[in-house]
Amino acid sequence: MSALPWSVLLLPLLAAAVIVLFTKSRPGLSSFISVAAVLASFAGSCVVFATPDIQALELIWIDLRPVLYVPLGFVLDDLTKTMLLLVTGVGALIHVYSLGYMRNDAGKARYFAALSFFMFSMLGIVVSSNFVMMFIFWELVGVSSYLLIGHWFERDAAAEAAKKAFLTNRIGDFGFMLGILMAWVATGSVVFTEMNQQLARITSYPEYLTVAALLIFCGAVGKSAQFPLHVWLPDAMEGPTPISALIHAATMVAAGVYMLVRVGFLFQASPQALGVISWIGTITAVMAALIATQQNDIKRILAYSTLSQLGYMIMAVGLASGQAAMFHLFTHAFFKALLFLGAGSIIVMLNHEQNIWKMGGLAGRLGITFLTFLVGTFALIGLPPFSGFFSKDAILALAYEKDRAIFWLALFTAFLTAFYMLRLVVVVFFGKPRSDKARAGREAPWVMIGPLVLLAIPAFASGFSFVAKIFVQLPAEKETDWLVPGLALGAALSGALVAIGLYRNRQNDPIDFAPLRKRLYFDELYSFLISATQELLAKISAFLDRWILDGAAIRGASTATWGIGSLLRLFQVGNLQAYAFLFGLGIVGLIYFTIFR
Amino acid sequence: MILLFVVLFPLAAALAILLGAPARKTALWSTGLTLGATLLLYFAFEAGQGGYQMVTSFPVSRDWNINFTLGLDGLSLMMLLLTALVTFAAVWFTGEIAEHRNAFYACLLFIGAGAMGAFASLDLFFFYAFHELALIPTFLLIGIWGTGNRQLAAWKITIYLATGSFILLLGLIMLYRAVPEAARSFDFRVLQKSAALIPASAQGNIFLILLLGFGILVSLFPFHTWAPEAYASAPAPAAMLHAGVLKKFGLYGLLRLALPLLPAGAQQYNMLLIYLLLGNLIYVGLVTIAQKRLDWMLGYSSVMHMGYIFLGIASGTLLGTSGAAVLIFAHGISIALLFALAGEIRQRTGTLVLEDLGGLGKLMPRAGLAFGLAAFASIGLPGFANFAGEVMVVFGTFRSGANPERFHIYQIATVLALWGVVISAVYMLRAYRAVFMGTIGESLGGVTDLRRSLRVPIGLLVVITLWFGFFPQSFVRLVTPTFKSYFAAKQ
Repeated sequence: MSALPWSVLLLPLLAAAVIVLFTKSRPGLSSFISVAAVLASFAGSCVVFATPDIQALELIWIDLRPVLYVPLGFVLDDLTKTMLLLVTGVGALIHVYSLGYMRNDAGKARYFAALSFFMFSMLGIVVSSNFVMMFIFWELVGVSSYLLIGHWFERDAAAEAAKKAFLTNRIGDFGFMLGILMAWVATGSVVFTEMNQQLARITSYPEYLTVAALLIFCGAVGKSAQFPLHVWLPDAMEGPTPISALIHAATMVAAGVYMLVRVGFLFQASPQALGVISWIGTITAVMAALIATQQNDIKRILAYSTLSQLGYMIMAVGLASGQAAMFHLFTHAFFKALLFLGAGSIIVMLNHEQNIWKMGGLAGRLGITFLTFLVGTFALIGLPPFSGFFSKDAILALAYEKDRAIFWLALFTAFLTAFYMLRLVVVVFFGKPRSDKARAGREAPWVMIGPLVLLAIPAFASGFSFVAKIFVQLPAEKETDWLVPGLALGAALSGALVAIGLYRNRQNDPIDFAPLRKRLYFDELYSFLISATQELLAKISAFLDRWILDGAAIRGASTATWGIGSLLRLFQVGNLQAYAFLFGLGIVGLIYFTIFR
Repeated sequence: MILLFVVLFPLAAALAILLGAPARKTALWSTGLTLGATLLLYFAFEAGQGGYQMVTSFPVSRDWNINFTLGLDGLSLMMLLLTALVTFAAVWFTGEIAEHRNAFYACLLFIGAGAMGAFASLDLFFFYAFHELALIPTFLLIGIWGTGNRQLAAWKITIYLATGSFILLLGLIMLYRAVPEAARSFDFRVLQKSAALIPASAQGNIFLILLLGFGILVSLFPFHTWAPEAYASAPAPAAMLHAGVLKKFGLYGLLRLALPLLPAGAQQYNMLLIYLLLGNLIYVGLVTIAQKRLDWMLGYSSVMHMGYIFLGIASGTLLGTSGAAVLIFAHGISIALLFALAGEIRQRTGTLVLEDLGGLGKLMPRAGLAFGLAAFASIGLPGFANFAGEVMVVFGTFRSGANPERFHIYQIATVLALWGVVISAVYMLRAYRAVFMGTIGESLGGVTDLRRSLRVPIGLLVVITLWFGFFPQSFVRLVTPTFKSYFAAKQ
């Protein structure tokens, strides 16, 4: 037993509580507490990572054995340990970066409290030993995301985005909880290890298992923003940019993938469920990449890119390779956080300009930002030897082997990825500045640039197998086959070249394709559906309640009782005796009926 | 002795206030002391033991065999704790009262005392009488100190609840007379023993009458329309006490009397109960979404959440009923806090119309934080006791008659109940968005934040529900001995 895992988990919570209760009015001290907590948590995670066979104390949440037993316990296997390092490591860098990004924000203390609370919730998901505990932290992550997206809550767009994110996730969690219930009833436990042992009790009902697995998958669809619940993630960019980097790119959205890998044993047992999962991932990957090619907001481009990359990971899960999914999750966390933080330093130095067509020529003035952004871009589009090349190649090779249709779509996505990223890079960093803000831009302070440089290192190197295998289980190596990596490289290079040719020295977008610009009309479709179903039903029910149920009750009651007026007259203090009298009458009645009859 | 104190002391304090003792001071001290004494009871209580503890009994009438008997099991203990907490908070939250100040505070204490007595009584007669004692001041509070169309609201709640109480009385009499004459008693403990003597054929009708009576008191669909109107008109402390505590009397009664004494009747009418509670969860949930005023929205949401507690009762499992008990407690605290804060907002802005509000988080950060905590608690966010209760209820219900080949009514009800969780998130987040977020409403310029001293009751309520949210087992182990005896044959 070691107290260390608990302190890794609880330190950020403690920081959040201290800030809310005591240091709210002192933003400087609050941010210091928050950063100190995450650094301590990171140090603790390093020790946990290096300690084999570490155990943590198990507490009881609900114990009604033999029916239901929910402990608050830790799994501390290699998967968890890597996630601990990843979450606290990237988290620590983003905390530091936030010191710069949020330095003049009025809600700085609140921001850091929420950030610490997020760290606590996310770490909770990673260490949970059972479904109910994971669901607890799952929802807490949702709420911290709500708080951080809505950080600037006085802006209507941020307020709407926060609400949308929470509600969309709740829809996914509706399925998730139902899936947990089904799996629990069949296996008799919610603890992962016991469920795995009792799996035979569920595999004899393949349909039941498939339904349960797909419902559990719904949770991942919500949290990892997969089609058709992807609509909240682009809007979530209303939050401060470090949040977009930490929560909506590197860690929280990866929780869905992590969960699927954690309970991989359930999914492995159902080929039908795996098929659905792989196609959901593929659809998301292609669709999001297509939409990304026509966005003009730098953060939205990156958001759709995140969707697309998460699609790759889900695709890998569906193709029954948790290792490939985790590998890509691992490299993606670094390079996507790097890209977002780079975008953040551009945005803040251009006085909160986010439209790429108002930028241009920034390569010279924001030198370090440019170079690190380039590292992130190369990793994302999969240029060897940058990290993304290896992890994406693992997924492509997997698809090539398992399902050719998915492979070609994945390859097409790789082409699109290179296209939209080079479009972004060319428009933002090259050509002439297209606005005064862009002409005045300069490099960000060191607390923001430092994390960029530190993230650029793993964004470059985390894909090499000798580095990666320390942290993640790599998919089994095939004998060297140059076809898949060759095709992938070809797709990336051609996408990049097309984008460079098309966008070099442009003042505005030569392509204007409304369906993609309008994000395939998902938001319009959903708000129509909501108003046609839920809103309509709500209005009808409210009408019934007011005019039929209540109306009938009033009419019925008023004819049945001996006149309203005399009753109303009772509501004067002077008539307290009348109450006492009626009350006494009731009691006498009770006694009469019970005793004398 | 302590038990006697927590029931009688608030009563004495209420009388003292009526006779002219300084109202607020007396009320605060007496409810504070009662809360302290209840906490003593909580720590003195020995969990894991079945049966009633700390029983005190005084004969009232030997001829009629009526005794003033108080006693505690885990369920009634938690009901007392809820009552003491909410009464204390309601008194603290009471603002300036323009007229009949002493009468107002006395009414609050009478409600608290009545609830305490009803939950601690082991005698059918006092169980009923104490509840009636608490109802009357509720009507008065709405009728005299209410806002808006208070006379209509007071009239409606009086008609409904008086009818409910009357039907309940009828049911209790039928229950009493169903036992063979030699074994008749008002005493719960004796009743429990002689329950087996009630023929199964007679149980159905009695259960139906009790369900109807208790159900009206708890705003079971379709007898719920009094609730939102009454809560919207009631002064905030009255809404806190009724929605938080007194309304729970009906649920307590079902758990205490109807389930253990009439198991066959419960089984016979379980289907009906499930259909009705789905009305609470889905139909009332949808009605809640359509509300345009914060107080009405909260009132309907409290009606909706009764559905989950009824579901736990209908599940007929140890897990489900324990979850219902946790939810009774948790909902009582979160709804009390919500009504209290809505009252504070109304006092400052003069309106609770959602469209006129907005951006209050900037002007009232303390209120924004507190309301946010209570709102997330009430929609079942993990970490709050409400979530633990909901988890137990849905797990208990889903497992009832589960069959991997096909879904039964329990499984279907669970699916709908889980959808209800989405519905409650929709209305609660919309309201929070409309009230606290976005641009500041036009007429809200000079609105001030909560008094600093309100941190005490808010903090108290929040900490308690967080404690039971993170460690629900500390609640569960108190109530399971009682429920285990109900399902001894089944499990």
